[in-house]
Amino acid sequence: MRALLIRDLSLAFRAGGGFGLGLAFFLIVTVLVPFSVGPQSALLASIAPGVLWLGALLACLLSLDRLLALDFEDGTLDLLATAPLPLEAAMTVKALAHWITTGLPLVLAAPVLGVLLNLPEQGYFWLVVSLALGTPALSVIGAFGAALTVGIKRGGLLMSLIVLPLYVPTLIFGAEAARRGAQDMDPSTPLLMLAGITAGVVALMPFASAAVLRVNLR
Amino acid sequence: MTLTVRDLSIARGGVPVLTGVSFDLAAGTALIVRGPNGSGKTTLLRTIAGLQPPLSGQIGGAEDRIAYAAHSDGLKAMLTVTENLMFWARVFGQTQIDAALRAFALHPLANRFAGTLSAGQKRRLGLARLLVTQRPIWVLDEPTVSLDAQAVAWFAEAVQAHLGQGGAALIATHIDLGLDAPVLDVSAFRAAPGARAGASDEAFL
Repeated sequence: MRALLIRDLSLAFRAGGGFGLGLAFFLIVTVLVPFSVGPQSALLASIAPGVLWLGALLACLLSLDRLLALDFEDGTLDLLATAPLPLEAAMTVKALAHWITTGLPLVLAAPVLGVLLNLPEQGYFWLVVSLALGTPALSVIGAFGAALTVGIKRGGLLMSLIVLPLYVPTLIFGAEAARRGAQDMDPSTPLLMLAGITAGVVALMPFASAAVLRVNLR
Repeated sequence: MTLTVRDLSIARGGVPVLTGVSFDLAAGTALIVRGPNGSGKTTLLRTIAGLQPPLSGQIGGAEDRIAYAAHSDGLKAMLTVTENLMFWARVFGQTQIDAALRAFALHPLANRFAGTLSAGQKRRLGLARLLVTQRPIWVLDEPTVSLDAQAVAWFAEAVQAHLGQGGAALIATHIDLGLDAPVLDVSAFRAAPGARAGASDEAFL
């Protein structure tokens, strides 16, 4: 398992690996929002948590089709399926590698970009907490979507359509927790819901991903 | 230790291609699979490797003992030869890759990126992967594609050595490897044309 994680990470950081793609997209979206909304700092402050969460979600989605497509094309998935490592473990590791290269940089960059959106001072902590709790769910659900569409040429559109509805609960509770935090309200209820969703999908989704991947490899 | 295949029926895209395939593959022996293009050699090997379920029949002694190699080698262009091989060794719980590098004369290329190798060199690296898996049964689909005469000889040596250590090999190939191995001609097991099996949407999967 460690070998697969190390390989996926080193591939992501080498040329053409796609590390930074999601981060750059996140950066562009959040930098452009103040320009399109206009110089109304009160309005910006109230939409900042939602915009940051939406940007993070779309940035995650952007890099999903690379998660399995490359391994499928060069035959790695076939060979992994015949290896002693169970596919469930392989899918968990691949989702983890995706989170480390995409989700984690978003979590770390979000407070910096919060400044651009005039996020209220008390909101930073809860923004980071909600993103740290929520982005693993985005990677795991995304791995399921990637497994479902892996054999399909230009499967990106189909995958987005499948994955986006599954992302909605995470987005609702994540953005709600960040918003409550920013408005000095108690964010614990949405945070607990968010943590519950993440724990649930991390536990169950790898089994679904491995099952659909087996069907797709036939 | 023996790989036993009994009365195996297999399908590709919902259409049965072979029925009633039976053979035994004992330790230390090889079996060459022959047949015209599209006769179901690849599907047979994928089924035995466990990548797709058979329509009917039994495969015995294959669980966790097969090293499978097909048309694509599973190499990453941005990893070096050593890194690629080391990755597969670790996945199979091994750490030694030296013998595999030596068997296919990959030492001079060890620090090159796999993306810069020629087709034949990539193939050699793909075959070297078999050695690092330490699995007893090799299931190989057209292993000699894009290899030159010298590399084919290395490959034949590697197979001989593997058989000598009590391994077994199931090889689909069109060229003569100089192995003293029986031939399984799959065209004898061709399924009746027009028959369909499985759910109606199988062809779309």
